[in-house]
Amino acid sequence: MATPKHVACVEIGGTPISLCTSDGFFLSMVEQRYEPFLSTARARFQLEFEIIEATAATDDDVRVHRHGSEWQITRGDFLARWNSRTGTGFVRQNANPYSLDSVLRILHSLILAEQGGFLLHAASGICKERAYLFSGVSGAGKTTMTRIAPPDVRLLTDEISYIRRFDDAYVAFGTPFAGELAKAGENCKAPIACLFFLEKGPENRIEEMPSTEAVRRLMRNILFFAEDPDLVNKLLASACDFVDQVPTRLLRFYPDARVWNHIRQVEGVPLHV
Amino acid sequence: MSETYIARSSAIAARLLAGEMLVMNSANSTFFTLNEVATAIWQAADGKTPLRNIVRDNVCEQFEVEPGQAQADAEQLVTELSEHGILLISDHPLTSETAS
Repeated sequence: MATPKHVACVEIGGTPISLCTSDGFFLSMVEQRYEPFLSTARARFQLEFEIIEATAATDDDVRVHRHGSEWQITRGDFLARWNSRTGTGFVRQNANPYSLDSVLRILHSLILAEQGGFLLHAASGICKERAYLFSGVSGAGKTTMTRIAPPDVRLLTDEISYIRRFDDAYVAFGTPFAGELAKAGENCKAPIACLFFLEKGPENRIEEMPSTEAVRRLMRNILFFAEDPDLVNKLLASACDFVDQVPTRLLRFYPDARVWNHIRQVEGVPLHV
Repeated sequence: MSETYIARSSAIAARLLAGEMLVMNSANSTFFTLNEVATAIWQAADGKTPLRNIVRDNVCEQFEVEPGQAQADAEQLVTELSEHGILLISDHPLTSETAS
């Protein structure tokens, strides 16, 4: 008798992915972890999971390789195969939620690259129907910016921002991928008003930056895992287009709530209704 | 005297922005911004045209640079870019590994 399959559809960034497993415990973990992002939408992509016994913790780097439309993604705690043409894949991992987070981040980064979008190391929040992004390496102040945000700011993420290109605007979506804040973002979206690159300083100051420098910083903070020239070419093209369309600024900030007064004064791109 | 031929590596991504060429090595994620002169040399690196001709036609004519100095600067530039895996250098014609 065939083992019954359990399915959960997780929709992050408006991209529903069906997660199939015969492991009821794993499914419960998925439904609990991604509860705000569960969806009844018809999934465009499907992942089948084989859950194995827990493996020893590993510091292995993730390895991502492509052969035609077939991607293979490996790390010490999981192995995944993904066919970008059919939109289907297979994952072998233990029931560790952090392994699943990693698999989903990598998969979304590959899907987004084909659509002109990307995942960015950035905190983000919505203020008056516009999204503000704060990018930087670990320790730059991403989580700090979300901690000191005024109450009317809706948290999209304190760690990984989800950015998609639509006809008339770049849009940021909330993600469940949390950083030090250990709190998932809200499942909502808004057109991006401005991307700030964070640098801590003795005072709050917003500075213009050359577009080439903005692209350089953007590429440094975009998540991508493959040494694949075609993929890197697409991401570089997306980064250049993003910088052309969305205001990018250097934000030197002193970590207290007053910095948000400066942020609110950035008008950014016109709000598309 | 042998000629020098240069071709763009297939391991890189490149994009022209605001007159400057942004180049990224996909193998190690190193990122370079080429100025206008370097961009002109980069764009002409088809593997078939000798560097001497590129400097004459794409640098000296376009930017009014003294030929001897332009040639020396170009040789230094292509050496540096080849050390970073951005350009391929040979004393015989090469197949350009990337699209223009």
